[in-house]
Parts: sequence; structure tokens; C-alpha cells
Amino acid sequence: MKAKISVKNLHKSFGHKVVLDGVDIDIAEGESLVVIGGSGTGKSVLIKCIQGIITPDEGSIRINGKESVGVKKKDAEELYSKMGMLFQGGALFDSLTVWENVAFGLIENKKMSRKQAKQEAIKYLRQVGLSEDVADLSPSELSGGMQKRVGLARAIATNPEIIFFDEPTTGLDPIMADVINDLIINSVKKIGASALTITHDMASARKIADRIAMLYKGKIVWQGSVKELDTTDNPYVRQFVQGSSQGPIKVEI
Amino acid sequence: MFKYIEKFLRGLGKPLISFVSRLGKLTIFIGRTLYNCVTPPFYFKLLVKQMIDIGFYSLPVVALTTVFAGMVIALQTNAGFSSYGAESAVAQVVLIAVTRELAPVFSGLMVAGRIGAAMAAELGTMRVTEQIDALSTLSTNPFKYLVTPRMLAAILVLPLLVLIGDIIGILGGYTVAIYQLEYNAANYINTTINELQMIDIYTGIIKGAVFGAIIALMGCYNGYESKGGAQGVGNATTNAVVSSSILILICNYIITGMIFTK
Ligand SMILES: Nc1ncnc2c1ncn2[C@@H]1O[C@H](COP(=O)(O)OP(=O)(O)O)[C@@H](O)[C@H]1O
Ligand SMILES: [Mg+2]
Repeated sequence: MKAKISVKNLHKSFGHKVVLDGVDIDIAEGESLVVIGGSGTGKSVLIKCIQGIITPDEGSIRINGKESVGVKKKDAEELYSKMGMLFQGGALFDSLTVWENVAFGLIENKKMSRKQAKQEAIKYLRQVGLSEDVADLSPSELSGGMQKRVGLARAIATNPEIIFFDEPTTGLDPIMADVINDLIINSVKKIGASALTITHDMASARKIADRIAMLYKGKIVWQGSVKELDTTDNPYVRQFVQGSSQGPIKVEI
Repeated sequence: MFKYIEKFLRGLGKPLISFVSRLGKLTIFIGRTLYNCVTPPFYFKLLVKQMIDIGFYSLPVVALTTVFAGMVIALQTNAGFSSYGAESAVAQVVLIAVTRELAPVFSGLMVAGRIGAAMAAELGTMRVTEQIDALSTLSTNPFKYLVTPRMLAAILVLPLLVLIGDIIGILGGYTVAIYQLEYNAANYINTTINELQMIDIYTGIIKGAVFGAIIALMGCYNGYESKGGAQGVGNATTNAVVSSSILILICNYIITGMIFTK
């Protein structure tokens, strides 16, 4: 299968702190990859490197076969414009209304008229289970789960080929988390995108993943299917899946 | 002995390195701002919104501070010059003090407190809640969307505020001179008009533009580069106001020196 994204030997440090220490990972076309790992292991840094928000120190990231590290900004922008992202905290623009958030990419980049963009935004809001009534509210008037939905609507509104989900279920109750999982599965399928999700919620990972990889100490220490997750004898994965404090993973206090 | 020297150098080194690195970051930020101010796309709607925020809504505080500045200068000049020619001296001193120094400095300081703080808080919040990253993922250059309109608006609007401050400050002096000190109104107005020079007006315009740039730069830089949650945003806000206020006073002295020392 053709690789949509191919990450090779990716390094990133902040000062003396090494966060990514040679990450190798591929995402196939139309595949949903989930990267699991503890808090602060650099999962968010990894997807921000892929999206060009953080510049890696070393390594290669190919998107649709084209190199994005170390190339001119203009050339890379073309690649980044095919991506959408749902942020950990929603990251909705609080100076704009809900529909303006969803329609942001349509108005600013696809130069759609405001009237038409609002219609589109409402369509996407419906798709994530929100009614037209919320369109004119401010994001701060919504609950956490609703904000995640609006963030999802904004991420899919530009019809991206690759979508990133940064801890989509963190901070939600289990039922709302499952609703978001379903929405992610459906919306990714609907637009036929490849997806990269990072999470430490194992229930969510099992549900949305075609394949799972584990990030530990700046490297991918394991990857395999959801089935293999329970049969592997990799000690890191076993400890993480069981949620045990005993094992090779040491929590830095 | 060497231990003490080593300790001393270490103590010196850390703040020095952090100072130099901050200076470097600020220089890069200024470069990016200049570059993005002259390359498309431009967001005119955002520019207009910022101009209204910075200009229109700052009018009350600028008017209040400059009117009292003009009034107090009139009183002091009258007290100091009471024995000889106080009447023409008051009009002249009010004119010079208000247009060259007080209106620019008070407008600058007031806007620094109002707008510089708001810029740092807004951009800082957008940074720590990942809204700035979200702009990037929607193929929008956050620098052009957030920093450029604020910078241009501040540079354009502050000179206007200073000119309005000039008029209101002079009116303040006039009110005290006429109604409290009971000078002749016609003489006072004549002196003011005769003594008014172009240099009074453009000094205020130059200072306004420079102070506007300082306020927007410090507000945006501290906000844009802030990290570490709510506390980081708080620090950014404080830093923005303190640094821009100090820079305004220093630059005010330098500009006056450049224009008025022959
Ligand atoms: N912009 C940054 N500057 C400095 N350190 C950072 C930055 N972004 C992330 N880090 C550090 O990198 C590490 C990994 O962060 P992150 O990727 O957010 O972890 P997580 O796996 O929980 O998403 C953390 O220790 C964090 O402090
Ligand atoms: Mg994270």
C-alpha cells in the first residue's frame, strides 16, 4: 500500500530535553493509525512536526511522497493545506462565532462567500450532531463535548486528505467519549481521509485504530494491529495496556 | 578564591545568556513583523477593527489625561511666572508642553496600559490554548492574521490620538487660564495661534507613530511567545505594559533630543 505519510528518523529537542529521538512511522492511504503513549512523551510534538507547526531538528517527513522537512515554506504549504486537525482543547477561536469557526478555512482560503460558507458550516455542524441553533453562539457558551464536536466539524470542513486527532476523548465522560469516537470513525470514512490519532485512552484506541503504535522515550517501541495489542509480549505495551505501575516504563516524578 | 570567581561568573552568565537570547528572539520577531507588513495577503477588516479598538475606545482616557495635564501646566506656569508676563507665558508653555511632550507621552502610556495589556492577554491566551497553531492548520499565517493588523493599526492610530490630545490639552489650559485665572480670552487664543509651529505638530505625530509601534510590538511579542498556561499569560501582560511604558519614556527623551537639540 502507498504511504500517505512517511516519517523517518525524526529528532526534536527543546534545549537539553530530548523529546523525539528517531521516530520512524508510516501511515498508509485511508488508514487510521493510533499512537499511544504516556503524558509528556512527545505525542503532540510528533503531530505538530508533521504539520509543520514545529520544525524538527533532523529527519525526514514525506507527505504523498514529497519531502516537507527543510524545503521552502511555499512548497511545503501546498502539502500542509491538505491536512486538518482536532486539537486537544478544541482550540476554537473565541473571537468568532461557532459557524465562523467551522467556516474559517472556507472563507479565508477557499474564498467562499459568507452566506454560502454559513450554509456549509451548518451542514457540517449537523454531521457532528449539533443543531443549527448553536451556529451563532460563541464557543465559550458550549460544553466541552460540544466544543470537541465543533472542532471536529472545523477539521473536516476543508475536506482534508489527512486528519490529526490530538487526544480527542481526554476530559470527556465515557459516553461522550464514545460518541466522539463514532463521529471520528464516520467522518474520516465519509471523506476517505487518512487519520493519525494520539491518545492514552485505550478504549478509544481500540475502537478507532486500524493499526496502533506506541511511543516511548522518543522512539516507536512497538506497532501492530488491535488484535496483536493483547497478544504481544512487548513489555512496554503490556504495562501500558494493563495500566500497571510495575514494569519497564518508569514514571518521572 | 577561584571558587568565588567561578560562582560570580556563573551567576552572571545565566541572566546574560537569557538576556541575549531574548534580544535575539525580539529581533527575529521585528524582522518577521516588517516582512509580513509588506507582503500579501492583507486583512483589511481586521485592521479596521483594531483601529477602532485602539483609537476610538481609547479616546476617553486620552482626553481625560490630557485635559488635566493642560490644566495643571496652566496653573503651575501662572504660579511660576506671576511677577512678569504670566499671561503670554501660560499660553506658550501650555502649547509647548502639551503638544511636544504631554499629549504624546500620556496617550502612549494610556494606550500601553489599555491596549498593550489586551494584546498580550489575547495573543497569550490564543498561544496557550493552541488557537495560534489552529490558524496554521487552517492554512492561515498567524503572524499576518494577528500581529500585522495590530502593528499597523497602532502605528496609524496613535498619531491621531496624539493630535486629539493636543487639542484637548490646550483646551484644558485655556479653561483654567480664562475661567480660573481670569485672563483675556482673545489674547490667549491669539498667543496660542501665533506661537503654534509645524514642529509642535509633527513632533507629536512622530512620537505617536513610534509609541504605537512600541506598544504593539511589546504586546504582540510577549503574547505571541508566552508559554506556561494562565500564569504565563499573566506574566506576558505585565511584561508588555512595563516594558512598553519604560521604552516609551526612554524613546520620548531620545526623540526630543534628536528634534530639539541643535
Ligand atoms: N514549544 C515547546 N517548547 C518547549 N518544550 C516543549 C514545547 N512543546 C512541547 N514541549 C515539551 O515536550 C514534551 C512533550 O510534550 P507533548 O508532545 O505535548 O506531550 P504529550 O505526549 O502529552 O502530547 C513535554 O515535556 C513538553 O514540556
Ligand atoms: Mg499532548
